[in-house]
Amino acid sequence: MDFEDTKEEAAFRAEANKWLSANAKLRGSKSSKDDMAEMENGAAAEMAASRAWQKTKAKAGYARITWPKGMGGMGGTPMQSIIFSQEEAKYDVASGGPFAIGLGMCIPTLMTYGNDEAKKRFVWPAVQGDEIWCQLFSEPAGGSDVAGLRTKAEKDGDEWVINGQKIWTTGAQFSDYGILLTRTDPNVPKHKGLTMFWIDMHDKAVDVRPIKQASGGSGFNEVFFTDLRVKDSQRLGEVGQGWQVALTTLMHERLAVGGGQGGGLDVKELMSLARTLELEDGPAIKNASVREKMADWYVRSAGLKYTTYRTMTALSQGKQPGPEASIAKIVVASKLQDISAFAMELEGEAGALKGADAPGNGAFQMGWMSAPGLRIAGGTDEILRNIIAERVLGLPQDVRVDKDIPFNKAPGGR
Amino acid sequence: MNFDFSDDQKMLRDQAHKFLSEKCTTKTVRKVFEGEHGYDKDLWKQIAEMGWHGTAIPEEFGGLGLGYLELCVIAEELGRALAPVPFSSTVYLFAEAVLAAGTDEQKKKYLPKIASGELIGTFARSEGAGAVTPKSIRTTFKGGKLTGKKIAVVDGMDADFAIVLARSSDEAGERGTALAIVDLKGAGVKRRVEDSIDPSRKHAEITFDGASAEALGKPGEGWSHTSNVLNRAAIMTAFEQVGGSDSCLAMAKDYALQRYAFGRLIGSYQAIKHKLADMYVNTELARSNAYYGAWALSTNARELPLAAAAARVSATQAFDYASKENTQTHGGIGFTWQVDCHLYYKRSRELGLSLGPQRTWKDKLVTELELSNAA
Repeated sequence: MDFEDTKEEAAFRAEANKWLSANAKLRGSKSSKDDMAEMENGAAAEMAASRAWQKTKAKAGYARITWPKGMGGMGGTPMQSIIFSQEEAKYDVASGGPFAIGLGMCIPTLMTYGNDEAKKRFVWPAVQGDEIWCQLFSEPAGGSDVAGLRTKAEKDGDEWVINGQKIWTTGAQFSDYGILLTRTDPNVPKHKGLTMFWIDMHDKAVDVRPIKQASGGSGFNEVFFTDLRVKDSQRLGEVGQGWQVALTTLMHERLAVGGGQGGGLDVKELMSLARTLELEDGPAIKNASVREKMADWYVRSAGLKYTTYRTMTALSQGKQPGPEASIAKIVVASKLQDISAFAMELEGEAGALKGADAPGNGAFQMGWMSAPGLRIAGGTDEILRNIIAERVLGLPQDVRVDKDIPFNKAPGGR
Repeated sequence: MNFDFSDDQKMLRDQAHKFLSEKCTTKTVRKVFEGEHGYDKDLWKQIAEMGWHGTAIPEEFGGLGLGYLELCVIAEELGRALAPVPFSSTVYLFAEAVLAAGTDEQKKKYLPKIASGELIGTFARSEGAGAVTPKSIRTTFKGGKLTGKKIAVVDGMDADFAIVLARSSDEAGERGTALAIVDLKGAGVKRRVEDSIDPSRKHAEITFDGASAEALGKPGEGWSHTSNVLNRAAIMTAFEQVGGSDSCLAMAKDYALQRYAFGRLIGSYQAIKHKLADMYVNTELARSNAYYGAWALSTNARELPLAAAAARVSATQAFDYASKENTQTHGGIGFTWQVDCHLYYKRSRELGLSLGPQRTWKDKLVTELELSNAA
């Protein structure tokens, strides 16, 4: 048991560092917190920086390390991909950004189900950051129950005519293309009547309206389709096979190994705060209830960190990671919410302020504001618990009363 | 990154698992739980023959000299099986204290007998309700004689020797503390079995009335040796707790997959599914923290005190949650004597207290964080 790289991994790390130091500057004291604030609205300057950095990486094969050479990758291993991310995090580069959904989910789906022409056309521009993709699945009537979606696609000769609405679409406002899950047959049970397409987000039949989030930012959108016409050649997978295609997409929505969700707010930041504050009985850091809570959260953070190490070990040994990788988001999201709320408690009445008026520039207030979104996006806490219960523990699926009846006969106010 | 046990260590775990699932069912546990004896003598003898006691004891002192990673995988299986043997008292506490503080002569005297299974040892700290602190220690060790009373000494009825945390001088705080090894069968020692929440590990009150004892380590070092030994024991115990959590989750899952209510398997209700998912999450977090502890133990890392406190708190929380919610999942039948839920419920609380409560460990954890600034 050790935390050392294998000889090959160490060599790769050194090589990655050599490349990074030739192409970027070290991050210094700039924390990931700042990045989060910068990224939320996809500000123009940040977008340009993200694209430039993506292009640089793609040319060198670091953009998608596990993808083949010539497609922005180098035919590398998942472990190499993690090592590169770890090293990249030390540099002041726009590494997060708007490409994660396209490259993590949309393009892999296109690579599995798209025709040769589409692959040839779209993969490279996406890898090098010229084109951004979004994923159009969730709808007002189908979030957790995404197969309950209603956006309609009707065949008209060699084309499909699409009408309906998507929601919670991250990055739609600056996306060039999207993959869209539609209902092509309402007369069969809901999972069987779906079909997937790729679409041009710049088509005038597509109307993107940013949604103002509770946190004040606008990372996601509503997207409306009014008689959007797409060619049958834009179909991904067979007609009626959309659910299987969507599962492929979601399967690629992997745990971001080594990446810290939670905006850089954890026990360390809470301790720093507690060191500066006085409570009724003296310094906050000496208060027993403060210490007890810090310990509670620390064991969850540390437990998660070492769980990630277990996952990385499996990858390093060329094995499939175990199911323990599935626990991350449940732990991170509610911990962020709890730590932030507690920090605001310690700040007392000043905790109600935000931004520059708040203690520490309102970092905990921002965490507290974003936490509800984190507990919902990409699978709610409840859906994730269902997934653990069903796929890891083997418990039965929920009773689904609409599973075997035609979609248009199922209850749901349709 | 190689944050996992080796194939050999996993094989050892599988062997231990196979052996214990045959030789240590909950029937075995109940025999001790409901009986007069403090432990299962046959089981104790058999695991000694397999060399488990001496897993981490160096070969020169009669052990196998394998190491702590090997001991941790065995601990996980002992915990999974609720093994009713004085293993933790003897191996994690007594042997560790002798290894850490003993003279060469003392190591030669005690360790080979531990490795062979001839000697049962324990560690006596508490003297009453409330926190164990240097100030709370009133038992004296002066001129080679022990005088005072210890309570809730795990396996105290069956132990041959005890290491006793005592006061050796009038110096204030930990400077006045020392450790002593006492023969519990010698003159001036009286023992009484105490009622406890988990009778599968018998607890004793031990009274010393000028009992002859030998010093373990130097006077003034009693408290620091105790802390170090507790840190090490906490990691191995965390593996027992993780094993116990696994058992509870398996038991709850099995029941949820066979019990019907309102025309459905109860395992299809989200109230049950989410409870079991939380058991899984807590157990995996605890397992990962325990792994880190095992790494610290096996390398004697500087981070060991922090790793120990995190492993301890995480594993105690996981086992507490899994054992109480396993009972809850079973409903009324889970609250009967006949069904095994309460064996885990009781063991979980007993393990959670025997090396000191969570409150104490959480404070230690934050103290370590303050020192290391590594949160």
